[in-house]
Amino acid sequence: MTADLNPRFRFDTFVVGSANRLAVSAAKSVAESPGVAYNPLFIYSGPGLGKTHLLMAVAHAARTINPGLVIEYLTLDDLVEAFHAAVAAGQGEAYRRRFSDIDVLLIDDVQFLDKQRELQAELLRIINTMQTASRQIVLASDRSPSEIGSLDERLNQRFAGGLIIDIAAPDYETRVAIVRRHAEERKSEFSSGVLETVASLANTNVRELIGALNRLIAFQAVSDQPLDEKQARVVLGGIAAAANLPAASDDEFSSFLSEISSTVAQQVEAWRTRVAVAVLRWEGDGYRISRLNALLEQDTPPDPDLVLKQYAADVERLQALEAEATDIDASLGGNPVFRDPDLVAEAEALVARAREGATPPPGPSPFWQLADFAEGPGNRMAVRAALMAVEQPALKYNPLVIVGPSGTGKTHLLHAIGNGLARREAAVVACLSTQEFVDDLIAAIDRDRVSWWRTRYRRVTAFLLDDIQLLHSKERTQEEFFWLFNQLVEDQRQMVFTSLVPLNELEGVEPRVVSRLEGGLVVHLPPPEREVRLAVLERLLREHDESVDPELAEYLAGRNVDSIRTLQGVLQRIINAAEVRDEPVSAGLARELLEGVAPRQPRRSSGGRRLSGVVSLPAASVRSREKMIWEWPDSTDRIVEDLR
Amino acid sequence: MSLVNFTTREITCKIVYYGPGRSGKTSNLQYVYGRVPESRRGRMVSLATQTDRTLFFDFLPIDLGVISGFATRFQLYTVPGQVYYNATRQLVLQGADGVVFVADSQARRFEENLESLQNLQVNLLQQGIDVRQFPVVLQYNKQDLPRDLILTQTELDDALNFRALRSFTADALHGAGVFETLKGISEIVLKRLAAGGNLK
Repeated sequence: MTADLNPRFRFDTFVVGSANRLAVSAAKSVAESPGVAYNPLFIYSGPGLGKTHLLMAVAHAARTINPGLVIEYLTLDDLVEAFHAAVAAGQGEAYRRRFSDIDVLLIDDVQFLDKQRELQAELLRIINTMQTASRQIVLASDRSPSEIGSLDERLNQRFAGGLIIDIAAPDYETRVAIVRRHAEERKSEFSSGVLETVASLANTNVRELIGALNRLIAFQAVSDQPLDEKQARVVLGGIAAAANLPAASDDEFSSFLSEISSTVAQQVEAWRTRVAVAVLRWEGDGYRISRLNALLEQDTPPDPDLVLKQYAADVERLQALEAEATDIDASLGGNPVFRDPDLVAEAEALVARAREGATPPPGPSPFWQLADFAEGPGNRMAVRAALMAVEQPALKYNPLVIVGPSGTGKTHLLHAIGNGLARREAAVVACLSTQEFVDDLIAAIDRDRVSWWRTRYRRVTAFLLDDIQLLHSKERTQEEFFWLFNQLVEDQRQMVFTSLVPLNELEGVEPRVVSRLEGGLVVHLPPPEREVRLAVLERLLREHDESVDPELAEYLAGRNVDSIRTLQGVLQRIINAAEVRDEPVSAGLARELLEGVAPRQPRRSSGGRRLSGVVSLPAASVRSREKMIWEWPDSTDRIVEDLR
Repeated sequence: MSLVNFTTREITCKIVYYGPGRSGKTSNLQYVYGRVPESRRGRMVSLATQTDRTLFFDFLPIDLGVISGFATRFQLYTVPGQVYYNATRQLVLQGADGVVFVADSQARRFEENLESLQNLQVNLLQQGIDVRQFPVVLQYNKQDLPRDLILTQTELDDALNFRALRSFTADALHGAGVFETLKGISEIVLKRLAAGGNLK
């Protein structure tokens, strides 16, 4: 379906003047990064002002930059024909599907959409398909979307969502440049003043200008003498006479616009125009343009073109840096530093840090602090060791391994040490679960960034891993862990690990790793004693805004539970029950709930009551009362029940 | 009013059509309005009496699009010609970048033209503007009327154009000379960009 591209219609053969500079600039942006800058790009102008040339130039340029792109140029007529043929052959769906393979679609003569509802709907569908897939569409028309009859409002909105830009009639200087270039291409030489005569034909578009030039070339070819200005006027007499007739009223505005453009172009210093066009382009691409604005505010800057060149170079550098940064760490993409050409140094530094792995690994959770850790006779040694690790990192116990069953506070103590260490100057504390550590390594292997990953961990000032028993059978992680461990010991970095099982019971962990873990201090966290339980309960009750009932705290602390987590669960259950019953949290309530004393029938208050999820129907409508469940015990309750 | 704002990259030209009552100022704007594509023009605001005589003023904004990187807008105003609306005329003149003086070519309106021209000078002066330094063009309107009713361009130039301003003949009702006049004043206004007089 693609019409042949005219090889002459490239950007370098397009004469740029004030009337078309913006359109060319937008078209170039589109060719350089299809689907990114202006999508769709809608170019309109009177006939013969270079729409088709620009469309094909986009195709040539985009193909040169990326030969792999699928690019289609077609006129609306081609589109209609193909559409009708496809519908007639019952292949409407296949016809639509083919557009999903096109990277850059260029549609010419869009003005023929005029009053064609069906075709408009089809084009809307194509645009939607292409936009969804971030494929580029460029359209050209001899009138603006608002002048296309009965244009579907949705299409109008799609066009407006991209960029609608017009090409005005070229001013005199541009016309001279155009005829000169064409004369050079045709290898025709004329006496001075002849080409200017062609260009001075008023109200002519580029196509007519070239027609007039062709006429002169033909005349000169059959004359013995080169044409002079006067003869040229005679040859062009017919055209000139036609052009000098009072302009059709509709063109008065175009002619006014052309003259104003020419006057403005003459009055606004050329460098200002170049800067303003650059501002429009870069601003459209989302870059900060304060440097260019500052330039525009100067009266006579020493070398504005140098500033423009430097700005463009900085943007290019930022683009390269962003691409590299995103490759290293996807979360760095879109960082504002990559949108400000005045911050290239910062962007360089950011990428350098990312390159060196300076983006720190996960740190400790601020939720767990050493001050909140309840100390008792059984865990005193562990707490002292933790304090020592914080006060004199890597000097006393390295590594420190905390062993204990589930729910005894290993994670709390680990993160508390991490937070203590993180307060030191220039500290980079890695504090994460072994599972996260394994996942992070897998992601690095997946993205071929293992050396970056190593650098990242080797830069930490402290390395804390929770649940080290999860290294089980993770051979590659153990290998990396082994080398990291050695490095960090050498660099005198504090390491702390927790394990659910004693080190000699670790399964699937290489002996060389286990022996290194055993080389520091191994402390045990026993199930919480009464003293610890009491401290934990008092803290939890305070956190719940409950006044501490000494009898309740004593009662609960006196119950033999093997983990702080269980204790938390029990207390939560009592607090919930108290809320439901609208009673204070008391020892009596706790006994009632925990010792199997049949609970009083709860008052059926309307709010705050947690039901089973089974709809409670009026008794009369329930056939079997035995099947009606008022309240399911939650998991904590069930655990307590089991314990009893 | 700033003619050129380099920071926002905008050029705004305020052009006021001045002249005696019924000389054809509103006709000029109406003709321009009819020739500017819909997408380029704003709503023409016209506050006129039932007898078509402008009570307050007409206002026609035109968007010329981006020219040389500058969003370019023209704002065309008319003033009420009747003598007793001088306060409105002064208000409309504020911040003008150029004036088109629309004179009625009819011989019998000669005195009114002169009075209005003098009024323009006084009003400009009141705003501290020296009319000799300010962009003004003359338009001799209604040149389509029978020869024996009107003065020629030379006669009108002799009578009104003692500062040798650019002058244009026109038939604003049918459009002849309307855009030529607008181009003429625009060119003078825009050329002052380079002079720096109105910059920022």
